[in-house]
Amino acid sequence: MEAGDVAWILASTALVMLMIPGVGFFYAGMVRKKNVISMITLSIVSAIIVGALWTVYGYSLAFSGDVGGFVGDLSKAFLSGVSIGGDGIPEMLFMIYQMMFAAVTLAIITSAIAERMRFSAFLIFGVLWVTLVYIPFAHWLWGGGWLAKLGALDFAGGIVVHVSSGFGALALAFVLGKRYGYGEHPIEPHNIPLTLIGGAMLWFGWFGFNGGSALAANEIAVNAITVTFVASSFAGLTWMAISWLKGKPGSLGVITGVIAGLATITPAAGFVDVRAAIVIGIIAGALCFTALEFRIRKGIDESLDAWAVHGVGGAFGSLAIGLFANPSIGGYAGLLYGNPSLLTIQLIAVAVTIAYSFAVTFAIAKVVDAVTPLRVSLEEEYVGLDIPQHGEVGYA
Amino acid sequence: MKMVVAIIRPEKFEAVEDALAEKGYVGMTVTEVKGRGEQKGIQLQYRGSTIEVDLLHKIKLEIVVDDEDVDEVVEIICRNARTGRFGDGRIFVVPVEKSVRIRTGEVLRSANGK
Repeated sequence: MEAGDVAWILASTALVMLMIPGVGFFYAGMVRKKNVISMITLSIVSAIIVGALWTVYGYSLAFSGDVGGFVGDLSKAFLSGVSIGGDGIPEMLFMIYQMMFAAVTLAIITSAIAERMRFSAFLIFGVLWVTLVYIPFAHWLWGGGWLAKLGALDFAGGIVVHVSSGFGALALAFVLGKRYGYGEHPIEPHNIPLTLIGGAMLWFGWFGFNGGSALAANEIAVNAITVTFVASSFAGLTWMAISWLKGKPGSLGVITGVIAGLATITPAAGFVDVRAAIVIGIIAGALCFTALEFRIRKGIDESLDAWAVHGVGGAFGSLAIGLFANPSIGGYAGLLYGNPSLLTIQLIAVAVTIAYSFAVTFAIAKVVDAVTPLRVSLEEEYVGLDIPQHGEVGYA
Repeated sequence: MKMVVAIIRPEKFEAVEDALAEKGYVGMTVTEVKGRGEQKGIQLQYRGSTIEVDLLHKIKLEIVVDDEDVDEVVEIICRNARTGRFGDGRIFVVPVEKSVRIRTGEVLRSANGK
């Protein structure tokens, strides 16, 4: 074992873990105060669902064996044979690092269900979604599946985490329907400071998310952390500038721009240089802002913008690898370095991911709805989910 | 002068506020309150058990108007705050004995500050 590598990935695991409640706080500030507990709880529950599922079969299906390039096998179910020692970083450390990724991804998708989904239905949905959507993607890109064999690249989860959860959230929002009164009367964030705290936790945790994905304390980790901060800064600046031109530079927009930059640079963080990160950040800010405006214009209640920020950002970032990958950073060349084929592969990977995550999430939501209703009653929605679903109030 | 006190649904506040402003009724005091009407809040059935949500969040508007404007203000509030379901709220009209502008100490004869 290399102690430096182990120390860095242990720290990165803890950093990514912080992103899970970070998502909860980020989202909770944007809902009405009668749903604040519900929103934070959904993120925490995402962690416990994944913690159990990943231990029992999730890690094994994603990262051991290979069945037709689609999924792994059960040879490491209950983490049997997963070592706590050995060369490089221990497999057990890699396992728990990956567990945090899966938990964050499920937390992100709760954007779509804000203020209206039954808690019990979410538990069933969460288990099915991680099993049928997240685990296959993790295997396809990182577990030696068919996209990995094709040569598709995803450094820290642009496809596996952000496209999957973003487009999954869009599908879930379509099945679930709009919140009562959406588009008729204002549904405003109740606590922007809470959202800013959550966003700041995400920003901080993202160093572990992207920096740790080098799986070592090395030059790739240094580059990943640097481009992560550069891209998120430029994305935040871009979002702020656009919103300022249209009115005021609201803090919610600034932090959302930062998150858009983070989601967008994630897949590329190990492959692109700082100059590319600047371009990626600026495009991320403009593109995700446009996507958010499009969603609102179309009256789609994907409530907290996982699609516009994570889905669209992750998709563009994954394509950006094909454009900007610099061989002196991660060893792969993109279009600007004379290799057009990587862009084609990335296009295929993104298109397949979008189609699969949307279609399968849509189907899962329909099936769960047939078994147990997805939505709370109109009265529960009016009262807010905190009291009827959890028996608690956020503010006295 | 009269004070119109309206307890309305929070989500209807903006519509009421805009409609009042359109007719020139700009001044108001707004408070977030909790309360219940004759139905005693809302009862929710959840897996065989009953959950009572006794006090519901509402918005209270207090608007001082001249006597001849009371009916119009009440009508505007009713029209814009109504959903037709229980919980739309209530309006009370109470007499105002005196109105004093704190900045100058003058006693006002009209709700418009004259």
